[in-house]
Amino acid sequence: MKTLFDKIWDKHVVKSIAEDVDVVFIDQHFIHEVTSPQAFNGLREKGVKVFRPERTLATADHNVPTINQHLPIKDQESFHQVESLTKNCKEFGVELFGIGHENQGIVHVIGPDLGKTQPGMTIVCGDSHTSTHGAFGAIAFGIGTSQVEQVLASQCLVLNKPQTMKIEVNGVLNVGVTAKDVVLYIISKLGTEGGTGFFVEYVGNVFADMSMEERMTVCNMSIEMGARGGMVGIDEKTINYVQSRVDLSEKKIEEWKALNTDKGAEYNKVVTFNAANIYPMVTVGTAPDTGIKIGEKVDESTFITEKAKKYMGFDGADNINQQEIDYVFIGSCTNGRIEDLRSAAEIIKGHKKADKVEAWVVPGSMKVRQEAIEEGLDKVFIDAGFEFREPGCSACLAMNDDKIPAGAICVSTSNRNFEGRQGEGAKTLLASPITAAASALTGRVTDPTKYLQN
Amino acid sequence: MKLSSKAIPLNIENIDTDQLIPAQFLKLTTKKGYGKNLFYNWRYIEDYEPNLKFELNNPLRKGAQVIIGGNNFGCGSSREHAAWAISDYGISVVITSQFADIHKGNLYNNNVLPIEVKSEELTILMTYFLENPEAIIDIDLENQTIKVEGFEFNSTFEIAPFKKKCLMEGVDEIQYLINMKEEIAEFELNNY
Ligand code: SF4
Repeated sequence: MKTLFDKIWDKHVVKSIAEDVDVVFIDQHFIHEVTSPQAFNGLREKGVKVFRPERTLATADHNVPTINQHLPIKDQESFHQVESLTKNCKEFGVELFGIGHENQGIVHVIGPDLGKTQPGMTIVCGDSHTSTHGAFGAIAFGIGTSQVEQVLASQCLVLNKPQTMKIEVNGVLNVGVTAKDVVLYIISKLGTEGGTGFFVEYVGNVFADMSMEERMTVCNMSIEMGARGGMVGIDEKTINYVQSRVDLSEKKIEEWKALNTDKGAEYNKVVTFNAANIYPMVTVGTAPDTGIKIGEKVDESTFITEKAKKYMGFDGADNINQQEIDYVFIGSCTNGRIEDLRSAAEIIKGHKKADKVEAWVVPGSMKVRQEAIEEGLDKVFIDAGFEFREPGCSACLAMNDDKIPAGAICVSTSNRNFEGRQGEGAKTLLASPITAAASALTGRVTDPTKYLQN
Repeated sequence: MKLSSKAIPLNIENIDTDQLIPAQFLKLTTKKGYGKNLFYNWRYIEDYEPNLKFELNNPLRKGAQVIIGGNNFGCGSSREHAAWAISDYGISVVITSQFADIHKGNLYNNNVLPIEVKSEELTILMTYFLENPEAIIDIDLENQTIKVEGFEFNSTFEIAPFKKKCLMEGVDEIQYLINMKEEIAEFELNNY
């Protein structure tokens, strides 16, 4: 009796070299411009080629501007980094979806959407949110640049086998509770290191009932509880999603189904939550484990620190739904998919954003942007006073032009609220797309529930 | 590896890699030159004017090659630039009670030794080094011991035998894998 994780891991071990240290074969490697240049330089210095170029796929996402992508990038260093990626991919024969390409987008959005992410695979990328791809019943995790070089040079990694953890959530979710709220709730209970050393499998009807997009949102944030990665079992939804993108044989599908965790298989750790206890969430500190129910006081967060309150300018007695806000960012690899944009548009439709709030919607990929335009979502956003931009990581991290100014408060659908994450001195409140949308309308942190009932 | 050095105590939990090296400094395509931006937002007031309240800027700790950090050190982004910044600054050892997984691996891959001690031990070390800026810590990789000169602190630490071997013998994992190419090709043939 084995878990999904153990079955996939064992199938990929090329060789065990010490107790719990294995050489593991990697099926799919994604790269982006920030964490790959030094790896290619390493190959050049060693005179080594990319071992299996067809197993690596590249995109430019972190540095790209989200306005006027047809013009050259203004920031010289960003320009150089994106150029280096183009040059490296050409020299080493790696496929690249660069700026302007119809398949370009955030690496964790395009992989699944292009059918590159598949069940049973081992997937890595020099990016911690590679955990996203675990939604397909794959072992997917982030690596450092030295490891990017290992994968380029050998299609393998030397790895310590992590332990397994089951997170089970059953029951009926309350109105207004999205996948983002579920994962923020779990992290608010386990803390930012609750998952360290573990690979998580999300089990229970709550995850089974989720769409693939929603499962990706949950798996995406596994790293925020310290877990190496997170995964969801393979079912009809998984298979339909992949099948609508690539041709699959019956044999392949049967193989995938057999990978699911056997009844009675044991995990190293098990935690269980009740869906009924989860409400729309927002973080109030400078770590992703500071989520509270919208309507609670800052001090009701288990993991809030004095340092964080000082940075955020919050008094512990403040009720978070009185909090005025300056910016709203809807996007990122956590919530920049088409369903996220649809759900936000649903709330916004027919309303206007609060005057003082600046609101950006940044699709996760060119494809998502195109779909949104075809469905008329761009108009909904623009009519409400939002900006509808071109794809990229945008305001998720302060690396491109989209920064939140010092002191400003942003309700963001991204995954990290660290000090300065969205710009030096910027204050980030993590929430779901519908909470972000509702908050943009009122100019305060707002429970989206009332907009859903209207 | 044997090291006797001053140490920089950073009594902050969950130090994330965005603090170790903020995103605006990730744009280089080399592994050098990150040291001066290590802890940029905490270390400087503006324009590289040192924030004297931050322990890294304490003149008495000049030359320290050890960081003692709060629990869950290096969480967040996988950016190896954080390990490059630590190494480029001249740090050889980081001590905490628990590292985030990816950062720990990145430190190893850049020949910085990550040491995990028990929480009680971390508290003792943190307090002692905060109070004694010129104190010296002795670290011995081969015997896996930590001592503090002139203070009753004597401890051992765990390290995976493979990692120890890599650090002691300078084994490069990349070269190790490159040498395995035939085995890897055979694995592919049998499994795909
Ligand atoms: S959207 Fe944010 S978290 Fe996701 S890959 Fe880009 S920078 Fe990283």
